[in-house]
Amino acid sequence: MAVITYRDALNQAIREEMRLDPSVFLMGEEVGVYQGAYKVSRGLLDEFGPMRVVDTPITELGFAGVGVGAAMVGLKPIVEFMTWNFALLAIDQVVNTAAKMRYMSGGQISVPAVFRGPGGSALQLAAQHSQAFESWYAHIPGLKVVMPATPADAKGLLKSAIRDQDPVVFIEGEMLYNTKGEVPEDEYLTPIGKADVKRAGGDVTLICHSKTVSVALKAAEQLAAEGIDAEVVDLRTIRPLDQETVLASVSKTHRAIVVEEGWSFAGVGAQVVDVIQREIFDELDAPVLRVTGADVPMPYNKHLEKASKADPPKVIAAVKRVLYLES
Amino acid sequence: MKTTESKPRKSAVAPVATAAPGPDADTRRSWLRQMLLIRRFEEKAGEAYSLGKIGGFCHLYIGQEAVAVGSIAAMRGDDYITASYREHGHALARGMSARAAMAELFGKAAGCSHGKGGSMHLIDASLGFLGGHGIVGGHIPLTTGMAFAIKYREEDRVAVCYFGEAAVNNGAFHEALNMAALWKLPAIYICENNRYGMGTALERASAVYDISERAGSYDMDREVVDGQDVLAVYEAMARAVKRARENKHPTLLEIRTYRFMGHSMSDPIHGHYRTREEVEEHRKRDPIVVWGEKLRADGLIDEKGIKALDADCLSEVEDAYRFADAAPDPEPGELWTDVYANGGTP
Repeated sequence: MAVITYRDALNQAIREEMRLDPSVFLMGEEVGVYQGAYKVSRGLLDEFGPMRVVDTPITELGFAGVGVGAAMVGLKPIVEFMTWNFALLAIDQVVNTAAKMRYMSGGQISVPAVFRGPGGSALQLAAQHSQAFESWYAHIPGLKVVMPATPADAKGLLKSAIRDQDPVVFIEGEMLYNTKGEVPEDEYLTPIGKADVKRAGGDVTLICHSKTVSVALKAAEQLAAEGIDAEVVDLRTIRPLDQETVLASVSKTHRAIVVEEGWSFAGVGAQVVDVIQREIFDELDAPVLRVTGADVPMPYNKHLEKASKADPPKVIAAVKRVLYLES
Repeated sequence: MKTTESKPRKSAVAPVATAAPGPDADTRRSWLRQMLLIRRFEEKAGEAYSLGKIGGFCHLYIGQEAVAVGSIAAMRGDDYITASYREHGHALARGMSARAAMAELFGKAAGCSHGKGGSMHLIDASLGFLGGHGIVGGHIPLTTGMAFAIKYREEDRVAVCYFGEAAVNNGAFHEALNMAALWKLPAIYICENNRYGMGTALERASAVYDISERAGSYDMDREVVDGQDVLAVYEAMARAVKRARENKHPTLLEIRTYRFMGHSMSDPIHGHYRTREEVEEHRKRDPIVVWGEKLRADGLIDEKGIKALDADCLSEVEDAYRFADAAPDPEPGELWTDVYANGGTP
């Protein structure tokens, strides 16, 4: 298998799907001539031309609506947001139109659109550029929300998202673009709605997604040194949530920590905890804890920023609490 | 240093007489029938609403009938249409049956959207009638997207959007028109200027009163049209359709009209924001009366003929009402369908 970056894996997914299906096109700010703000679309303008790799004005609401309108009449747009922070301007089109057209038309109209771009914080980008909005979109019936953590998942899931008949919110990790991993050489699809056990273990389940997968894996490594065997479940898709995989793991370990980048209040982890306590209450040997971003706007100062983030020490502390090793 | 020269701007368009032969007598009479059907349909919908047969919000089109009828008459059957939540008239003019529309207002399974959309979301994809949208201005970029798809596929359809004058102060309007002009898309934006965004008069909401001037910001063709004259609407629309279909030039049409009823069913016809006298004055130019008189003057119909058309429409609407009233509700299981493709569940 080739070792490539998350960025190049996304690029391959878009390129392959655009070669396969002439109705697939990419639009967004700086996707063409500039080659992508994060270079995900590098080389695509040269191969596919300006009708299929469309540079837009800075007009998120407008071009998201253009994507939805094009999808309503059968095209398959990939709408790139430079970041999901800017996509707040477009949320009316995603929530009020894309997510609703099938239902309020009684099944007549599909919106097979992908909305994608980086979410979450990077380094010292401050409050308006460092937000994890997956719980907002996951709240909406009619949307699917996908968040790959590895290059292989990024490619396989993006290809699935492009082929999906429903609108997919595809949130990439801004800090993941340069990360590398093995990606199969042959054509493959990673199914939407399936979590993945990234590390097997028997003592505690760490449930995570996107950037917090690496946080959980690092914590698991350190815990292993102390003789604690953590299982790491990467949700990969937030909606529909793969309850089966989560519940199977927690039924085995009897303890769970949900790790996420976003704020705790009404976050993704709240939904995961709900499912666990509702479905397998009797399997639990401890309350399910959550490690999240601090419930504050992101500070600029790097020490404060670091303190706000979910990190391995916080995960390890939570694990020890559910194992009753520390108070 | 290289400078970007600004291109000469289009001046305000002076409407030119359409050279093509006008619509024939049958077509002219059919417009009167369509307007009458919409009027009678809306009156019946108002009645059904007061009886509790129709729920939620319901926005009647009475007074504006000539806009939908005249403009849709100038389109082709495979063109795309989106509209706001005041869209009953457009759906009927496009060819949706009164039964399918009324049943949707009643929330019945036989409705065009299977009872899941209601008054604000009349949709029939087979007619290219793609909503029925409830957020002011939110559907304008969708039309730009449909026009983009037309150009992408190298088709010769056009995409048409209807919205009220209050929507032009919304960012979505500007973003959508800018891209349509920038990319030369076959889109037609029809602003139905009925003077009031709910209870706010145009002059209290907009710094520029001549809405067509907004097109100047995007170097887009524009026209101001008398919305109480169905022929004037048709002719202006025919020019816009020709520009869009043949040259991929978008147009902003400001069609000046008037809403004879309140904003929605809970809003009285006159009161806080407009006077009885104002409404009465506008009612003197009822588009149905205006067109009926024109047809009579041209010898295309007589009083008896108009009465017969009206009776025919009343009977069609009564039939639609009975149909909708008797039609079954959606099955309880329908709650969970159409959220995702292929029966996917949340």
